[in-house]
Amino acid sequence: MPRLLTCALLALLGLGGPAVAQDRIKVVASFSILADLVSNVGGDRIEVAVLVGRNGDSHVFEPTPADSRRVAEARLVFVNGLGFEGWLDRLAQASGSKAPVVVASAGVRPRAGEADETRLDRRAGVDPHAWQSIANVKRYVANIRDALIKVDPAGNGNYAANAGAYLAKLGALDQEVRSTLAGIPADRRRVITSHDAFGYFADAYAIEFLAPEGLSTDAEPSARAVARIIRRIRSERIPALFLENVVDPRLLQQIARETGVRIGGTLYSDALTGPDGPAPSYIDMMRHNAGALAAALAD
Amino acid sequence: MIYAFLIAPFADFEFMRRALVGTLALALGAGPVGVFLMLRRMSLMGDAMSHAILPGAAVGFLLAGLNLFAMTAGGLVAGFVVAVLAGLVARATELKEDASLAAFFLLSLALGVTIVSMRGTNIDLLHFLFGSVLALDNQTLVLIAAIASLSLVVLALIWRPLVLECVDPNFLRSVSRAGAPAHIAFLALVVMNLVGGFHALGTLLAVGLMMLPAAVARFWARDISAMILVAIATGIASGYAGLLLSFHAGLPAGPAVILTAGGLYVGSIVFGRVGGLARRLVPRRHLEA
Repeated sequence: MPRLLTCALLALLGLGGPAVAQDRIKVVASFSILADLVSNVGGDRIEVAVLVGRNGDSHVFEPTPADSRRVAEARLVFVNGLGFEGWLDRLAQASGSKAPVVVASAGVRPRAGEADETRLDRRAGVDPHAWQSIANVKRYVANIRDALIKVDPAGNGNYAANAGAYLAKLGALDQEVRSTLAGIPADRRRVITSHDAFGYFADAYAIEFLAPEGLSTDAEPSARAVARIIRRIRSERIPALFLENVVDPRLLQQIARETGVRIGGTLYSDALTGPDGPAPSYIDMMRHNAGALAAALAD
Repeated sequence: MIYAFLIAPFADFEFMRRALVGTLALALGAGPVGVFLMLRRMSLMGDAMSHAILPGAAVGFLLAGLNLFAMTAGGLVAGFVVAVLAGLVARATELKEDASLAAFFLLSLALGVTIVSMRGTNIDLLHFLFGSVLALDNQTLVLIAAIASLSLVVLALIWRPLVLECVDPNFLRSVSRAGAPAHIAFLALVVMNLVGGFHALGTLLAVGLMMLPAAVARFWARDISAMILVAIATGIASGYAGLLLSFHAGLPAGPAVILTAGGLYVGSIVFGRVGGLARRLVPRRHLEA
């Protein structure tokens, strides 16, 4: 018992842990997918804290004081950008953080959201879900590498090597996703999802996604938007519908009941799952999504 | 043409029929409850209760996931505890009911936020927990319908003491001891209607379809039975017209229903038969004997 107490005390004082932990560079990533990319590039030299955790919805996130502390302690704050984290500016300011904010999507060609008639303000906006295209994520990785080298020049070789290895994996993943999806016939490349999160995926891999909710999950859908989706399912015989891990599934379940369209499973759009789930990392997520789409859309 | 505009949306789409049935059931149950709340000057209780049920619903969600039964049961327990404690304190002490309700709902809300944060999820639970009128499944419809039926039966049973307590609580206390049980039963009805409404339809619809029709009814009727009929009719009409508005104009469904009820309310302020502005500005000639 006294030994246990000593251990606990040491741990509390930070003496018991590995000495390396203290030298690690603390960074914050806004959401789970970005955190995965950052830790792949940073490796052991950094310690990544994440604000919107696994299975969390970044569109409607509310920061806690603990999040504020993480941001204040960070040397770097990684965000997706493209309007995805509307809450981050206020959080960074309130926390008194001096850390530079790195926009991981810088240099990605933004995709305009579908001109969205169902929204009252009809703002087309920019689609923030750029990570759904692996080509874009290669750009993310390069940005993350450059930002890390800037704050920690000593780790230059490390970061470059990690980024290089990860980029090679992404290249292989891109090939894999393409070949997984290649077998789907042209007239079946259409699915329904909860919200418009797969625009970049659609552009990159030629699958059409329809959704009753817009780019963000925070707006309530209108009856017209739901009716339009149901009409399209009926007239175009869309083969499958997918739930998302961050969105209330009830509306899509209702659409499925009403049209008899098959629920193909769950796609992971805005957040990773826990380590036991099907999408614990970015690479797993893309692999899972491609596999689920291929399984549901093959005849 | 008229058919295509007024009826076809419901004939063609099952989700529209379900939404209509849901709002209809809610109007039946919540309308009368809203009238009594208004007459007892507790119109803001609905809003307060939406916060009070959070800890219960959150516990239900954390234990059982997105399970309607668990979340409703949790919400019912939390809401009922808050409402009854507030009622008891109001009766036993000097504190008025609205003040003690405010105190208890704040306590409950703080507890709810604490529970949610301790679990470490950052999702906005209110956003996640509350349903949408466009996504009513069988289970949810049965729940709302059961609540509406139960509400009507209980209201019929406690009708006399309830009306007396609105009109003359001191007289009721002098002739009968039914006041306290009736009050508790009524609070239970309020909580039930709100919790059912929240999970099925969202906060806005549940509170809105409870209070706005009651406010409308105040302008059209003098006695309580007529008020209740007007409130129910208003709730049903708002549900139907609001869903059509959402269907044709592409407005979000819940707000469209409440905006329709709000429009009826504004119209009633102006044109209402009982105390409406137009009536006051243009007085009728008195009957001459």
